[in-house]
Amino acid sequence: MVVQALKDQGVDVVFGYPGGAVLPIYDEIFQQNEIQHILVRHEQGAVHAAEGYARATGKPGVVLVTSGPGATNAVTGLTDALMDSIPIVVLTGQVPTFMIGNDAFQEADTVGITRPCTKHNWLVKDTEKLSATLHEAFHVATAGRPGPVLVDIPKDVQFASGTYQAPQKGGSRRYQPQVKGDLEAITELVAALETAKRPIFYTGGGVINSGPGASQLLRELVEATGFPITSTLMGLGAYPASGKHWLGMLGMHGLYEANMAMHGCDLMINIGARFDDRITGRVDAFSPNSKKVHIDIDPSSINKVIRVDIPIVGDVAHVLEDMLKIWKARGRKTNKEGLAKWWNQINEWRKVDCLKFEQKGKVIKPQYALKRLEELTKGHERYICTEVGQHQMWAAQYLNFEDPNRWMTSGGLGTMGYGFPASIGVQMAHPDALVINVAGEASWLMNMQEMGTAMQFNLPVKQFILNNERLGMVRQWQELLHGERYSHSWSESLPDFVKLAEAFGCKGILCNDADDLDDAIMEMINYDGPVIFDCLVEKHENCFPMIPSGKAHNEMLLGDASTKDVIGAKGAVMV
Amino acid sequence: MSALQIKKGSTKHSAYNLRPNFSDVEERHTLAVIVDNEAGVLARVIGLFSGRGYNIESLTVAEIDHTGHLSRITIVTTGTPQVIEQIKAQLGRIVPVHEVHDLTVEGAAVERELALFKVEGTGDKRVEALRLADIFRANVVDSTLTSFVFEITGAPEKIDAFAELMRPLGLLEVARTGVAALSRGGAA
Repeated sequence: MVVQALKDQGVDVVFGYPGGAVLPIYDEIFQQNEIQHILVRHEQGAVHAAEGYARATGKPGVVLVTSGPGATNAVTGLTDALMDSIPIVVLTGQVPTFMIGNDAFQEADTVGITRPCTKHNWLVKDTEKLSATLHEAFHVATAGRPGPVLVDIPKDVQFASGTYQAPQKGGSRRYQPQVKGDLEAITELVAALETAKRPIFYTGGGVINSGPGASQLLRELVEATGFPITSTLMGLGAYPASGKHWLGMLGMHGLYEANMAMHGCDLMINIGARFDDRITGRVDAFSPNSKKVHIDIDPSSINKVIRVDIPIVGDVAHVLEDMLKIWKARGRKTNKEGLAKWWNQINEWRKVDCLKFEQKGKVIKPQYALKRLEELTKGHERYICTEVGQHQMWAAQYLNFEDPNRWMTSGGLGTMGYGFPASIGVQMAHPDALVINVAGEASWLMNMQEMGTAMQFNLPVKQFILNNERLGMVRQWQELLHGERYSHSWSESLPDFVKLAEAFGCKGILCNDADDLDDAIMEMINYDGPVIFDCLVEKHENCFPMIPSGKAHNEMLLGDASTKDVIGAKGAVMV
Repeated sequence: MSALQIKKGSTKHSAYNLRPNFSDVEERHTLAVIVDNEAGVLARVIGLFSGRGYNIESLTVAEIDHTGHLSRITIVTTGTPQVIEQIKAQLGRIVPVHEVHDLTVEGAAVERELALFKVEGTGDKRVEALRLADIFRANVVDSTLTSFVFEITGAPEKIDAFAELMRPLGLLEVARTGVAALSRGGAA
């Protein structure tokens, strides 16, 4: 019945790991060929792989794991998906209903443990309700603000037979989030848009989650109005990096021009972003003179961190469509004179060239490695995953994303170990694409066991490891905040990554010379199979620009010279 | 529809005002939350309060519609207007939550609480306790030669006042139900 429900929901891939309490479902999987099961090496990997799959396709990712440790290992992935609003459906086995509460072997209170880290979860105690619950799970995961859901199925419920219900159109009656924005508020927004002198679009993952149509509408809107646009880490690709109105990413490690424009704007239009603390910096100094508009499908995101002037609850695509219609009907007006001045100012900021760096000698700068990676891969059908840390920020800064759903990174939770399994999920969704995981050596080691999965299923994922033998971001913070006392932020006893690759049966490439880099990257791209690319980079490079904790957008650090004692005691307590 | 019913995904025009109130003064609000009566729903609501650091002053919950499997949770909470708005929006996000009413701003509401007081004493104190109970319209629901159990219903302040009076007269134990509340007038 479970497999039937998955098929009816259009599932073609399940990431999972068997165990005692899910054996009946695995038995069903064995006896069919429509759904492919990808055996991971750790349940956390299954959830991240499903996240990668979901983000690269827009469809929900599906995970199947056993009770107890299977379920608890899934918790990090669930929390990650909750923070980044990624639709995934996790099915867990549970001990039989009559043993629940007895501390049975591999029993855990799965719905209790996962209640705060799922959008919703269910324990199904009655086989008659199983199919309807599974369909509702898919509906809740994907409707409104997407998120992870979990269905816990006791083993006796899996064994028992019941009547199967096919999915109903439109999903459950009780969960129907509003998607259309309020027209009066949208009109108010259009009026503000017509007169704004220094407007800016600030977009986020909500645009990506709203579907390709939302990105199309956004592009049309930006081109038609000529407003500058910046995006959060989560929203990269919704507007193309090659677009002339693109300012680059904003936030803690965002571009100078993007952050200065956010600080100086008079109209901020937040589309599907949530004023995260990585974006706002010091809240009371955040964009002090702007009228703020917030378009979000989740009412609880509005006025949570930043008080806004025009709140619009609705799905990004629906709201943008209405907004464009109203704006066009009112004569496509913008404040041309003001805009021209605004762009002059922005172009002045751009001249700072905040991402400049100097590649001198043979030691590879991480920025240079990413610049070359961008140059050599940009013609490909390319998907990029990352782990978490400096390399993640550099990837966001130096790689260009032209389309949505091409960029998979752990934003809200910042989960080290996310990228590698995510790249497996992406490659499953797009078998012929070039899937690269930009990693740090420390993050990568957190889920390196998944190399077995990549090998078993012939998934040619490229692991591009910027190896500085340090926990780079931790080291950077210790330098800036903790008097250069580098407490436990270096990686000793690292494996020889080339030999590790050989041990798994894939290809390993070592590069430690800037002159060899291009050839090495080409070798990685051209190899038909998984590659571990060990790129030894400058060990003490810091990631700039940076808004230090407790500072405002116009107080960015641009380079090493300005970094001494910049973070006060107040800032030091923030993360 | 009442003045401040929050529908899922409501906007400023659903009476649920998303526009900020700039006050930093803590307010006390009584919320009525209509939920599906299913396993774990109370844990979801309480987990939201503890997980996000909101206060609960009082909480009551019981099924109100057996055929529809609906329960009503009445929560008394405190916070700045911004926090109260967040609490309501976060509650509205929980899948089995149908409606969130803020009875404090929706108009006049009646709030009632039931309490049981066990008071031990003899002589003058016993007489005085009985006399005060009469003034407060409390009923005697159990009696021995040296003790009473009083049942009292009223607004929380009335029950507080009664407790203060009973304390010197030999108050042994108190059990309170927490606040149940309904809006006044004909509309639901």
